[in-house]
Amino acid sequence: MAFRAAVITFPGSNCDRDMAVAIQQISGGTVHRVWHGDAELPADLDFIALPGGFSFGDYLRSGAMAARSPIMQAVVKAANRGVTVLGVCNGFQVLTEAGLLPGALMRNAGIRFVCRDVPLVVENNQALFTARYAAGQRITIPVAHHDGNYFADAETLDRLEGEGRVAFRYAEAVNGSQRDIAGIFNAAGNVLGMMPHPERMIEPAQGGKDGRALFESILTGLNVAA
Amino acid sequence: MKVRVHVSLKNGVLDPQGRAIHHALEGLGFAGVKDVRAGRLIELDVADSVTDESLEDMCRKLLANQVIENFRIEKVA
Repeated sequence: MAFRAAVITFPGSNCDRDMAVAIQQISGGTVHRVWHGDAELPADLDFIALPGGFSFGDYLRSGAMAARSPIMQAVVKAANRGVTVLGVCNGFQVLTEAGLLPGALMRNAGIRFVCRDVPLVVENNQALFTARYAAGQRITIPVAHHDGNYFADAETLDRLEGEGRVAFRYAEAVNGSQRDIAGIFNAAGNVLGMMPHPERMIEPAQGGKDGRALFESILTGLNVAA
Repeated sequence: MKVRVHVSLKNGVLDPQGRAIHHALEGLGFAGVKDVRAGRLIELDVADSVTDESLEDMCRKLLANQVIENFRIEKVA
């Protein structure tokens, strides 16, 4: 069956088209563009992506307003039903604010906006999102954020590590994140939030294609031929 | 009824903005500043019928992120 995905656009999202193009090119499936004010998602989705950007101008806290928008209630329900959900950058912030992932993303420790390619280590390749990477593989993916400093209390961090829920770690200092965490899974493994942008590294023209395996992993895991 | 909601970072949560402000104060020559923590003040004008429970609910659901922040509600008048 053809792969069915949705990319949510909030006011201020700016990576929604990149995300939709990446998913469409790699999956060959249907990518629905869904507006934040919609109350319902298209039926029978395999995959939902929350893109990067500056939803609602980052007012109050990054991702805070978007997490309370009408469509997010439907996204939370879908995630709890087991639908695969990826949040990148602002999408990761929205997932934490919506309570789908633990912790919070605070202002970068160095205060400055960080916009560059960063080296990452694939911490857990036994997951739906990362199966097409090698364990401990070093990859390069760009980041572009002001609030990527991952914070959670020590108990939560220990639990994330103990349960193999750290997906990616920065291989160098980027933003002050606790334990260099760049991306985490939810307990069920069907939700991934990450600050780096895999959709910006899917073909050589973009400077590399280390992000491609993430989308291919999802397709393989969901039994959809890429 | 005017209500002020004071949102502050929890103890133990590193505050990069507070640290930058601290650094800038020192740069301006102000001595003796031991620490700076930056928070947020949100002023609400609500109907008198709004209950304390409802105000706390607003803080928990939106105004503060309790993973990293504490809140304090102050009724002004």
